[in-house]
Amino acid sequence: MLMRLFSGDAPRSRVLTVLLVVTALGLALAPFILQGAKPLNVAAKICVFIVLVASFDLLLGYTGIVSFAHTMFFGIGAYGVAIALTRMGPNWGALAAGIAGSLALSLLLSLLIGLFSLRVRAIFYAMITLAVASAFQTLASQLSDFTGGEDGLNFKLPEVLTPGFSLSETPFLGVSLDGKLISYYLVFVASVVLFLLMLRVVNSPFGRVLQAIRENDFRAEALGYRTVVYRTLSNVLSAGFATLAGTLLALWLRYNGPDTSLSFEIMIDILLMVVIGGMGTMYGAVLGAALFIVAQNYLQDLMRLGSEALAGAGATALANLIHPDRWLLWLGVLFILSVYYFPTGIVGRLRKS
Amino acid sequence: MSAPQSAALLKPLLTLAGVHTHIGAYHILHGVDLVVPRGQLTMLLGRNGAGKTTTLRTIMGLWQASQGRITFEDRDITATRTPQIAQGGIAYVPENMGIFADLTVRENMLLAARGARTAEAIDSKRLEWIFGLFPAIKKFWLHPAGLLSGGQKQMLAVARAIVEPRKLLLIDEPSKGLAPAIIQNMISAFRELKSTDTTILLVEQNFNFARQLGDTVAVMDDGRIVHSGAMAELAENEDLQQKLLGLSLAAHH
Amino acid sequence: MSTPAPPILLANEALPKAHLDRLPLLLAPALALLALPLIGSFPTWVTLTVAGLAMGMIIFIIASGLTLVFGLMDILNFGHGVFIALGAFLATAVLGSMADWTASTSLLVNLLAVLPAMIVAMGVAGAVGYAFERLIIRPVYGQHLKQILITMGGMIVGEELIKVIWGPQQIPLPLPGGFKGALLLGEAAVEKYRLVAVVIGLLVFAAMFWVLARTKLGLLIRAGVQDREMVESLGYRIERLFIGVFVAGSALAGLGGVMWGLYQQNVTPQMGAQVNVLIFIVIIIGGLGSTGGCFIGALLVGLLANYTGFLAPKVALFSNIGLMVLILLWRPQGLYPVAKR
Repeated sequence: MLMRLFSGDAPRSRVLTVLLVVTALGLALAPFILQGAKPLNVAAKICVFIVLVASFDLLLGYTGIVSFAHTMFFGIGAYGVAIALTRMGPNWGALAAGIAGSLALSLLLSLLIGLFSLRVRAIFYAMITLAVASAFQTLASQLSDFTGGEDGLNFKLPEVLTPGFSLSETPFLGVSLDGKLISYYLVFVASVVLFLLMLRVVNSPFGRVLQAIRENDFRAEALGYRTVVYRTLSNVLSAGFATLAGTLLALWLRYNGPDTSLSFEIMIDILLMVVIGGMGTMYGAVLGAALFIVAQNYLQDLMRLGSEALAGAGATALANLIHPDRWLLWLGVLFILSVYYFPTGIVGRLRKS
Repeated sequence: MSAPQSAALLKPLLTLAGVHTHIGAYHILHGVDLVVPRGQLTMLLGRNGAGKTTTLRTIMGLWQASQGRITFEDRDITATRTPQIAQGGIAYVPENMGIFADLTVRENMLLAARGARTAEAIDSKRLEWIFGLFPAIKKFWLHPAGLLSGGQKQMLAVARAIVEPRKLLLIDEPSKGLAPAIIQNMISAFRELKSTDTTILLVEQNFNFARQLGDTVAVMDDGRIVHSGAMAELAENEDLQQKLLGLSLAAHH
Repeated sequence: MSTPAPPILLANEALPKAHLDRLPLLLAPALALLALPLIGSFPTWVTLTVAGLAMGMIIFIIASGLTLVFGLMDILNFGHGVFIALGAFLATAVLGSMADWTASTSLLVNLLAVLPAMIVAMGVAGAVGYAFERLIIRPVYGQHLKQILITMGGMIVGEELIKVIWGPQQIPLPLPGGFKGALLLGEAAVEKYRLVAVVIGLLVFAAMFWVLARTKLGLLIRAGVQDREMVESLGYRIERLFIGVFVAGSALAGLGGVMWGLYQQNVTPQMGAQVNVLIFIVIIIGGLGSTGGCFIGALLVGLLANYTGFLAPKVALFSNIGLMVLILLWRPQGLYPVAKR
């Protein structure tokens, strides 16, 4: 019964199972075991990114397509919600409209990009998506009346989800039952559902054909599968899930701007998470996102301590190297090393032993 | 032939001993034992898929032998990389001819002439001789090689291989897809080439072509050499031809 | 017998003459002519066209290395931007240390200051390119997916290292005194620096063309782009050629970085990533592996950017993508596809 929930995709490694359970429990119980706003923020972000990175794994790990336009779809979802709630007011209708509208746009765009570019070589495709994503980012900051430009959009959520709302006067296990809690669980449950859905997709016959295409597209074509159709579908599905992840992000932050969802740095973060976690595993997205975001928030504090200590001791060059703002440097090094030495990522490694 | 010549003829220039080649999961050569005598034209015959092209490519280092030994002039070249093998004096004319279509005939020849920095530096006597063998080369000297006909491209490919003196020529199916008249031209050219004491290992499916040029013959099947000996011997033995190649010479005139 | 001279080809030769594919050559002039009525004013048009040509030349210098590397080695270096940024930042260091030379208004003195900056940029970028090829690219030859990921990683690390050395903020790179200002051609104001950029760009193009068309090395490169295996079978160590071309490409990117930095009059660590998108568009338009195509593509992009910047600024970035789409619809492999094996 449990296996059916996970579409028969077992972790296949005891350590991995433990890690996954710990992560899942941690996220499920986050409001109760964590104190303060920041840790809850981190938890919510992890939920959202698990969905986002898993959707990218669907494209990269399972279909073998490198696309740099993923953040574009993420941004469309986030902006969809942000714009709808700003213009139509904080109600459920607006939220629904925002989600529906952004999904429609993403599906259309991914279809177009897919059909146009998937006929060309992988390298062309990667470059084209890079260009398109870049253009979209500029577009978002330029259409400032619509999107709030560089400053982004702040908006209110339907009443149930606002911090002011209380489900009950008495706190439960030390946590007040307010709108924030409800929002968190909305994000959490949605993320779980979306992740399980994606597991279903990759473990279905469709998913298996994708993997066959990834391994050898000539062979797949010879066997009668129209690879263009499958690749385009994979593109569209992946874009759709990414868009939904975007809507969740906007919901949680009650804000969206070009840097929150469209920046190239996020694209790089996704790449790192999927490679370090393990491409083509789905569970890699879970571990990768969790590890990365925790590290991003807390490791930087550690780096700051180290950097200040070194600067105080006069070793400015070294201090510069481990300055918390240079966190991407070490991540980049880790990324390169992962591509060489751990091409299957953490999950792959765990499964081997 | 004179006595020193016949003695030299006995010494093999190239030897393959127990050579196996794997390409991915496919085991193509199953222990090839081949001797290429110096100064002679050795024909490598066999059906499609017998492993003839693979043998040439393995000698040339384009594919790595997984087992066995390849010896050239007393040197072990089994693990040597392609450029060094070529520099050692082996020239390769692949089945697809390897002509650089966007470059002119002149540029193709210049590339093959390792010792020449410019086309003018190519040995003029040798070039004249090549022009004599293959007039089309001279005629279309400045044309892009891609515009040449199939037969002309083939001649260019061979011309490239001999623009400088080479010790061994590896040629893969030069007569493939060519009109009979052109094939005759090619036979005359090869005959003249043979008279210069060049050692040639030539892969062919066309037995008529092979019979006219070959001194020695080796027949391949399923990645192995199943017969080797003098060409004259095979040419006279129709039963053997039938058995090895599934044809009789009479039917192929 | 004397050396055989190339035969005089008779007019009635049976073989069709090789025709130079002339159509793409008309694109850039066509675009310029198209823009003239839209802009209206001739002097403005001249200013914009020179600016466009200058920008195009700089982009060509940067992109030419990338397209050759791809054509020859089948490697797409997503980290090419690193060399651009490196070159630009080195220029700030070199020119900064020659303040009195740059302050002078004599063009000659300025050139004597900019030249070392260019040489240093090219040298260091070339050296870093060598290391990049050995450490990052060589281990993933032939694996396209990993190449894309790893070179992207290399770009990130490179950008961060630049931030470590020079700090994360934007640094101004003022033009040397003699380059500032504009010349008046009739009524049109043409910036001096842009003319210099056009001249340098043409020199680089001419040099590349000469090497590729007239030397044996160039012959090897052109042959290698078509059929790597055959070049090896002819006895050449193509690996050495690869490294040479990669280093040259990186050095050119460094040079381009210097010129781009001077064009923008400031440098930022992100400039590499920003220009990356632009050069990818250019080499796709030109055809991967074709220097001539890259040249035309670069000019088109440069001209288009300046014309749309004047006519409809909001459209500027999409104009490039639109151009790329149009060209790909006409010729799906780019303007001058390279005939491979």
